[in-house]
Order: sequence, then C-alpha cells, then structure tokens
Amino acid sequence: MFTYIFKRLIYSIPIILGITVMTFAVMFFTPGNPADMVADFNIKVSAESKERLIKLYGLDKAWYEQYWNWLKRVVVLDFGNSFRDGKPASKKIAERLPATILLNVLSIILMLCISIPVGVYSAVKKYSLFDRVLTAIVFTCFSVPVFWAALMLMTVFGLWLGWLPISGLTSFEFGEFSFFEKILDLCRHLILPVFVSTLGSFAVMSRYVRSGMLDVLKQDYIKTAYSKGLSKRQVVFNHALKNALLPLITIIGLSIPGLIGGSFIIETIFSYPGMGRLGYEAIMARDYPVIMGIGVISAFLTLLGNIIADVLYASADPRIRYK
Amino acid sequence: MNKFIKNKISLSAAAFIAAVILAAAFAPFIVKYDPAAQELSQRLSAPSAKHLLGTDDLGRDVLSRMFYGARVSVSVGFVAALITVVIGSLIGLFAGYFGGAIDGVLMRFTDIMLCFPTFFLILLAVAFFEPNIYNVMIAIGITSWTGLARIVRAEVLTVREREFVLASQTLAVSGFRLFFVHILPNVISPIIVYSALAIGGAILTESGLSFLGLGVQPPMSSWGQILMQGKDYIYAAWWLSLFPGAAILLTVLSFNLIGESLRDILDPKEL
Repeated sequence: MFTYIFKRLIYSIPIILGITVMTFAVMFFTPGNPADMVADFNIKVSAESKERLIKLYGLDKAWYEQYWNWLKRVVVLDFGNSFRDGKPASKKIAERLPATILLNVLSIILMLCISIPVGVYSAVKKYSLFDRVLTAIVFTCFSVPVFWAALMLMTVFGLWLGWLPISGLTSFEFGEFSFFEKILDLCRHLILPVFVSTLGSFAVMSRYVRSGMLDVLKQDYIKTAYSKGLSKRQVVFNHALKNALLPLITIIGLSIPGLIGGSFIIETIFSYPGMGRLGYEAIMARDYPVIMGIGVISAFLTLLGNIIADVLYASADPRIRYK
Repeated sequence: MNKFIKNKISLSAAAFIAAVILAAAFAPFIVKYDPAAQELSQRLSAPSAKHLLGTDDLGRDVLSRMFYGARVSVSVGFVAALITVVIGSLIGLFAGYFGGAIDGVLMRFTDIMLCFPTFFLILLAVAFFEPNIYNVMIAIGITSWTGLARIVRAEVLTVREREFVLASQTLAVSGFRLFFVHILPNVISPIIVYSALAIGGAILTESGLSFLGLGVQPPMSSWGQILMQGKDYIYAAWWLSLFPGAAILLTVLSFNLIGESLRDILDPKEL
C-alpha cells in the first residue's frame, strides 16, 4: 500500500512541474504584460519609469530565468502582491478558498445523495417508466445552462416567493446572530448555489451509476447469488452495489476541475465570496499575481483530489494494488 | 417498443437541430425586423402579435435577435467541436500508435491539461486576447480535447495489435495512409459520439462566456448575450430570459440526445 502511495506521489512530480510551466506559459504568451497594466492606465507614469518597472518585475530577463525566479517563489506559495490592492495574492486566495471548498464539498455530497439512488433504481428497473422519466430529467439537467437555471431559481425562490436570499454567504446582521441562527443563515444562503452547482454533475454521475450497476448485474457472481435463493434486494444491496460504486471514486476525483470551473460562473451570479468570483474579478482586472495563484492552486487541488481518489480506490479494490 | 420511442426522440432532436441550422442560415430572409433596429417607444414590450417574443430594453425585436443569435451559437458549437475533435483524435492516435516516449509525453501533457478547470482557461484566453467569436471558438476548441484523446488512445491500443495493421506495415503502406485509411475508421465511433456531445458542450460554454460579458460583443448577438441583458429586467420582462435560455437548453439537449443514440447505434456493447 505504502509503495503504491509512494509511487503515485513520485509520478505526480512531473505533473506538478507541468502545472507551473503551463500557468507560466499562459501568462507569458498572452498579449500585454504586468508593466503595461500598471503603466498604461496611469498617464503620470513616464516611459522611463515603465522601463524601471519592467526591470523591477524582471520582465527583461529570458523566459527561463523569469520562470525559475517565479517558481522559487511559488514553492513557498508566494505569488506576489495583487495589483489591485497590494495585498499578497496567496492571502487573498486563502481568504476565499474555504468558501469554495465548502460549496464544492456540499455539492459532491448532494450529488452522491441523489445520483446513487437514482442510478441504482434506473438500473434495477431498466426501461421501466420510472427509468425513462429519470433519464429524461437527467438529460435535461445535463443540457441546461447553469447560469440560466441559477437565474430562474433566483427569480422564483428569491424574488417571487421570497423564501431564500439570492446573494452572498451571510446576511448583513450575521455578526449579531446566535450560533444556531448563524448556521441557519449559512444554510439558507447555500441552498441555491449548492443546488445549481450539483445540477450538471448529478446528471453525469447518475448515468455512471446506472451503467456501472447494469454491468455488475450481468456478472456471473450475481447469477450465483440469485441461484442461492437470495432476494433481489439482498443481491442488489449486498452483492452488486459495492462493486458498482467503486468506479465512482475515480469519477469524483475527475469531476473536481469541472466543479471548480463551474464555480467561476455560479459564484459570480450569486455574489458568493469564493475563489471563483475572485478569479473572475482578477481576470477582468488583469490582476496577474492573483490569476496565476488561482491557476496553480486549483490545478494542485485537482491533482490532490485525484491522488486521494486513486489511493482510496486501491485500498477499496485489492485487484489494483499489484498492478 | 423502446427502440421506436428512442428513434422518435432522436428523430425529433435531429429535426430540431435542422430547424435551428436553417433558421441560422436564412435568418435575414425570415425575420421581420433588423436585429439591431432600436424602437425606443416599444422598449420591453411583452410578446404580442407584432413582436412574437417581445422586445428588449432598447426596443429591439427578441425573435429577430434570437435568429441571428442562432448563427453565433451554432457556428461556435460546430467550429469549436471540430477543433476539439481534430486535436483530440490526433493526440490519441499518435500516443496510442507510437507508444513509448511519444505516448508518455503526450499523455503527461493530457494529464496536466486535465488538472486545470477548463472554464478558467477559456475565460483567461478570451479575456486576454480580445473577446470575439473567433477567439471564443479557438479557446473552447483547444481546451476541451483531453477526454477524447484518452478515449481514442485506448481504442488505438487495441486496434494496433490487430493483424490488418501488421499486414499494412508489411506491405509498406505509408504512415499517413495507415493512420487515416486503416486505423482511423476503426476508432471512428467514439469520435463521432464525442463530436455530438462536444457541439452541445461548446454551445453551453459560449453562452456562459457571453453571460459573463466575454463572448461575442455587441452589436453581434448570441443567445447567452440576450440572456445577460435580460437578467437586469428579469422581474419586469421575463421573456428576455426565458426564450434564449429555452433555446440553448433545447439545442444542447438535442445534440446530447443525438450523441446518446449514436452511441447506441455505433457501439452496442456500451450502455
């Protein structure tokens, strides 16, 4: 087991390096550079001081020198200071990251709570009316533009019915609330964003559960279980379910970049104080240090998620270990 | 019975897509109003006989704008999917066929790409190189191929062991011919299925970009852009949000349904 984890970690080193190279390359090859950003929007900056700025940022050096200098700082999570308010980019991201992780973890939990029963039930009752209706719902959820769904839900539940708040993570008076009121307030703010970010991934996931379950139900050991005289319920829940759900571990890992990508839109619509909205604002303001920080950190999180998924898979499925 | 229903659904999906493509192609001959013509006295008027889907905040006819918007959405969908499919298939083919170091490099590159949230990269690319329809197509196309590359590689790995490949090699068939005449047709099914899904995905991504103000720029209109303008009037003018959203939903749904039925037809072993 430890050998496996060790191997998996060694294998990630080139990927981590690749992530930093990619982020750096994206910034390096896009038109405009940080010095333009500071200088061109300020008429007081002379051409001479722009030269000095370029020297200061090290933009006159060769790309590999720039990359190496940047990499040395990234290792200690120093992405430089934000151009907008001068605060360290890593600090700004760290402030926003917990909210995004909270949103995505809740979405994953909700997604599993819906898609496992839905997928299992459609597989067991294949081609029944229920399966067809569910399939239709799943396809619709998969095709719906998330921001449109968000907009519609905000209109219905926020504006017409007035049941749920439509923006932010906490109310104005949050500081004065008691502990339970605080929890309730957070939950009310989280309902719509979590629901919306679950829409697309729940659809994909329940298809995976359905096809995984159908595959397993065709296996010989399931026939054996039936021929022992077990009931359908026992076969499905005690014998088939575990094997059908195994691949989900990997798929959850793979769905992380999609969730983080989705949070750029969802957080912007709901004015949710997470990393996605910070990223959107940083992109619009060309705040290079923050953008590069978010790029590297979200890629690292994905990689970490995938490593955890692989290790969990290996510990759940003994066949993997000796590969 | 099931087959029949499935066919009926995929037929209606195909018919809907054909209608959208025709509407996009012949938009100037169909619409009653110039999509950019402003009629300020008619602003935000509800759907009526004169304006079937109402008007927007500048008094422009929503139906006409949606017909022209279909041009943007459909062409972004097809071109971005084409770029995706070409890159994904080529990387998958080369990695799978050559194996070894080439496979290692290409697949590590794919792994790295898979770590980045695609939407973040697209947002970044479009924002930094001026938001316009071509950059949107390219940005979506060059970031969405990772899944296909892995699928094609896996297929090629099994195909290249087959005897006809050995036979072509012994007959000294050129590399180009071997790839595109002998191997590609044998791995084409997942590519076709992926293309249908990629078109729907690209239309969704484009609408998301437009919604964030990073898609095509006015006066050009796309469905996502009409939605973005409509969101400020959602309480007063529901038609500005409902119709373009429904158009996106139905179009993407149709492409996904076609993808699914293609999967059924081309690859019966998959579910």
